[in-house]
Amino acid sequence: MLYAILCYNDEAAVFSWTKEEDAAVMARLDVVHRKWEASGKLKPSLRLLPTSAATTLRKKDNEVLDGPYAETKEQLLGFYIIDVDGLEEGLQFARELTAANPGGAYELRPVMLYNPGSPVEPR
Amino acid sequence: MSDLAWIDAALVSARPQAVAALLRYFRDLDLAEEAYQDACLRALKTWPQNGPPRDPAAWLIMVGRNAAIDVARRRAKQTELPDEARLSDLGDVETAVVQHLDDADYRDDVLRLMFICCHPDLPATQQVALALRIVSGLSVRQIARAFLVGESAMEQRITRAKAKVAAAGAPFETPDAAQRAERLASVMAMVYLVFNEGYSAADPASDRAALCDEAIRLARLLLRMYPAEPEIMGLLALMLLQHSRLAARFDADGGAILLEDQNRTLWKTPLIQEGLALIDKAMRSRKPGPYQIQAATAGLHARAATPEETDWAGVEALYAALERHAPSPVATLNRAVAVAKLNGPQAALDLIAPLADRLDGYFYFHGVRGAYLKQLGRAVEAREAFNRAIALANTPAEAAHIRRHLDSLEAATAKK
Repeated sequence: MLYAILCYNDEAAVFSWTKEEDAAVMARLDVVHRKWEASGKLKPSLRLLPTSAATTLRKKDNEVLDGPYAETKEQLLGFYIIDVDGLEEGLQFARELTAANPGGAYELRPVMLYNPGSPVEPR
Repeated sequence: MSDLAWIDAALVSARPQAVAALLRYFRDLDLAEEAYQDACLRALKTWPQNGPPRDPAAWLIMVGRNAAIDVARRRAKQTELPDEARLSDLGDVETAVVQHLDDADYRDDVLRLMFICCHPDLPATQQVALALRIVSGLSVRQIARAFLVGESAMEQRITRAKAKVAAAGAPFETPDAAQRAERLASVMAMVYLVFNEGYSAADPASDRAALCDEAIRLARLLLRMYPAEPEIMGLLALMLLQHSRLAARFDADGGAILLEDQNRTLWKTPLIQEGLALIDKAMRSRKPGPYQIQAATAGLHARAATPEETDWAGVEALYAALERHAPSPVATLNRAVAVAKLNGPQAALDLIAPLADRLDGYFYFHGVRGAYLKQLGRAVEAREAFNRAIALANTPAEAAHIRRHLDSLEAATAKK
């Protein structure tokens, strides 16, 4: 069962982390990532640049707006795709991420269609 | 991250908004800072038990305001301290404050807080120190270490700067569009000053170099407040692209490494990606300005995997555009670097010859001029220019760089 884990947090707080704090969080997350990757359950995942770098195309009038689509207290900062037995295992993954990186929320959304596309080399 | 580290990050990111709103209530910087400090102490007590509030800034504003009012009342009536339970139950109040503090208020508050640091009577370094203290909330100790001065000297400097700002009176009226644009321009210049303080540090791990991160954080804050302002995009992009080269800019001895000699694999890709994305966004508005043009120039360098792949014609055109938007001999000097690549050192020398009077006290002018004279084999004049540059060097790294030029000049002359 494929789930998308959408990562929400206050980006002002996240982008206020010092390099050391950021590195410490990424190192703790890395332990969780490796564990789930090793069992073949962690699929593609990504971290997004700040919403200030975002552009939104409103389809109705083909208008291009600066900034993210949703103005929220907490922002979408990245996501994971996981292949798990069910919701419980998905929540288990999210809880392990939470222990490594508290604050904000993870939204678990079942995936309807999954197209891995062509592999992307991180530039 | 521990509770404390998480709370700390939340407090740091909420600080500008909270202090700015408290400043509007109290119209006094010291009172506003005290109230914010009080609110932080209470946050450290209650957040670990009750969890973080939905809106940390609104919580801090409310609690800070109540705490300051309680202090005033206590002084008047000698009544008891309020109990913590009352303060932690702020759910409804919080919502009310959020509704009250609509985006426009919040923007004007934060802009005002940043703007009072830009008072024209304050020298650049004091503007930077004041902003780091009251907007970023760095301790006097941290700021002193970044500026490589003693703590008491920095304390004095900041106190004096605050007194000057208080005497001038903070502008509490709501700014009109023209005033807002002026304030924004001053604030952008101040943020870039913060960045340049950090950029001049030779040690990437130093407190001074960390000022670059702080400037970037402030620019992201500005851009979140004014998401469609292309010059803020340009400013942020410019700093991100310059900062992306941090690990490649100095050798192990702190010597400056020129752009064309840098190991480009050490450039930080995420910063470059963010910078390039912001330039693309800014260009769509077709309202070019100096920050956007400089960012676009930095972008051309960032896109070149090797120095040979640099689009020098593009760089030349961008500096020409910069000369039109913000005429300065330094822009012309930079254009000369591109002209030298395109048309050779003589063309570059011809271009900078008229600048000699105005840039006579400028390190880079003599450094660049010396390099072209050297390329043309005019050793005596080159040596003269390099000696002039060394005398004007601002940092040991700059002097060392010119020294290497002189050494290779000596070596070449000895061979003959």
